[in-house]
Amino acid sequence: MSADIVISQVSKQFRGGALALQDVSLQVEDGDFVSLLGPSGCGKSTLLKMIAGLTLPSSGTIAVDGILPANARQLMSFIFQDPTLLPWRTVEENVGLGLELGGMAAAPRKAKVEEMLELVGLTAARTRYPRQLSGGMKMRVSIARALASRPSILLLDEPFAALDEMTRDRLNDELLRLYAERQQTMVFVTHSVAEAVFLSRRIVILAPHPGRVAHIVTNDLPWPRPAGIRLSAEFDAQAAYVSRLLRGVHAEAPSL
Amino acid sequence: MKRRLTFAAQSLLVLAGLLLVWQCAVWMGAPPYMLPAPPAVGAAVVERFGSLVRSLWLTAEAAALGLLGSIIVGVAIALAFAQWRGLRRLLYPYTILLQTVPIVAVAPLILMWTGNGLLPVALVAFIICLPPIIANTTQGLISVEENFLHLFLMHEAKPAQVLFRLRLPHALPHLFTGIRIAAGIAVIGAITGELFAGASRVGEGGLGYSILYASGQLETDYLFALVLAATVLGFTFFFVTMFLEWYFLHHWHESNRSDMPD
Ligand SMILES: Nc1ncnc2c1ncn2[C@@H]1O[C@H](COP(=O)(O)OP(=O)(O)OP(=O)(O)O)[C@@H](O)[C@H]1O
Ligand SMILES: [Mg+2]
Repeated sequence: MSADIVISQVSKQFRGGALALQDVSLQVEDGDFVSLLGPSGCGKSTLLKMIAGLTLPSSGTIAVDGILPANARQLMSFIFQDPTLLPWRTVEENVGLGLELGGMAAAPRKAKVEEMLELVGLTAARTRYPRQLSGGMKMRVSIARALASRPSILLLDEPFAALDEMTRDRLNDELLRLYAERQQTMVFVTHSVAEAVFLSRRIVILAPHPGRVAHIVTNDLPWPRPAGIRLSAEFDAQAAYVSRLLRGVHAEAPSL
Repeated sequence: MKRRLTFAAQSLLVLAGLLLVWQCAVWMGAPPYMLPAPPAVGAAVVERFGSLVRSLWLTAEAAALGLLGSIIVGVAIALAFAQWRGLRRLLYPYTILLQTVPIVAVAPLILMWTGNGLLPVALVAFIICLPPIIANTTQGLISVEENFLHLFLMHEAKPAQVLFRLRLPHALPHLFTGIRIAAGIAVIGAITGELFAGASRVGEGGLGYSILYASGQLETDYLFALVLAATVLGFTFFFVTMFLEWYFLHHWHESNRSDMPD
């Protein structure tokens, strides 16, 4: 199958800022689950936004499904670090936002929203407003909204970073379940080694100053991955390996 | 509930105290054409209730018309400012300038151009209500977080959808802040306008006109009644806008949460 996301020799220089990314090349195949792991400020969010076409590279090219990212947005959904829910809309109205903007009629939209709410376990909270939800529930709404438009590529920017560890683990389990069901392409930005090891097929470790690809690790943790796999020796070994690589990247970064 | 009752009792006590000070001043020999006794003002209210209410109504009409007009026009201008940054850069400074123009100085000019009656008075109210509506709404429309804009972009939203489903609802609390400010000055604007052209007939007009007329006739007790009426009107406008703000925002906006401690 053809590569879904092709990033070739991309650099990003912000106006008046430092070089955020230098010469990044990466290919993400259809149905792959790739994590971008690296210290703060190494350009993870910038890279993800460029894949979404929300920021343009200073040089190099990105193609999504063979075309410019800005023209391929109907294939992608973006999940932000904070849930980005519209506070004046109820849960179901938030979930249906993308479908509504796309012009889907009310009846099929309602059915679709229903399905999504069931998927993330929020049917009971459908008429609540965002301020009446916990952090984990808000994130679920955000995921439901992203999945509603049936994207073939999901871009996630540290979606669970603000949550406590137990909630984060549970949402990771759910994300993996969704991934197993739908086999979407996932690009997942995270700070957490455990999260990256649990979720991904491949882990891209980025080095800072300037941001660049330091290592690409193929994660040989077997599939399927039940929640309990986090306690296995294999998991520990894989996490230790990735941690070591990450620490090496940290060490070569100039101290601030 | 109990706390509210205590608060109401305290407020009433302050009012009673003020009335007492007033009455004492009268007892100490202030002449009635300068300072009528509270009961005399009360009597004036009762005696001339009909014309008082008529004046009040005329002013209320003009102020409401001006306020409503400023909301419609102000929001339209703010939407245009949000949509076209160049236009905003070019014209926004003038809306601020409009705010600094002393309305008392301009009112006669406006009335000279437009003549007497309800419309010119409403126009004066409209002019002083406009800047806070434009300024607050524009601020709300353009202060949408980047993530929300990216979200709409990812869903391939059209510019009109960004404007009406993202920017406008986001600006609603700001708009209501503008309306609250405007509601307070709408009444002042209408009364100012009436000082120069509020007569519908000789001796009869809105509060501003009647205040001028009563002071000319040295009907000080009625003058006090008119001032009282103007205050009541101002309060009414304020509370109506507060209620509307609560009604439209309480279910989602933080500052209007019903479960907030007071
Ligand atoms: N709009 C911008 N203008 C200027 N510089 C920017 C902009 N956005 C990001 N940067 C810079 O680019 C670099 C990479 O930022 P980015 O947000 O991609 O990092 P990150 O890896 O996502 O960090 P974190 O893990 O803290 O989210 C940083 O040095 C940052 O200061
Ligand atoms: Mg980031």
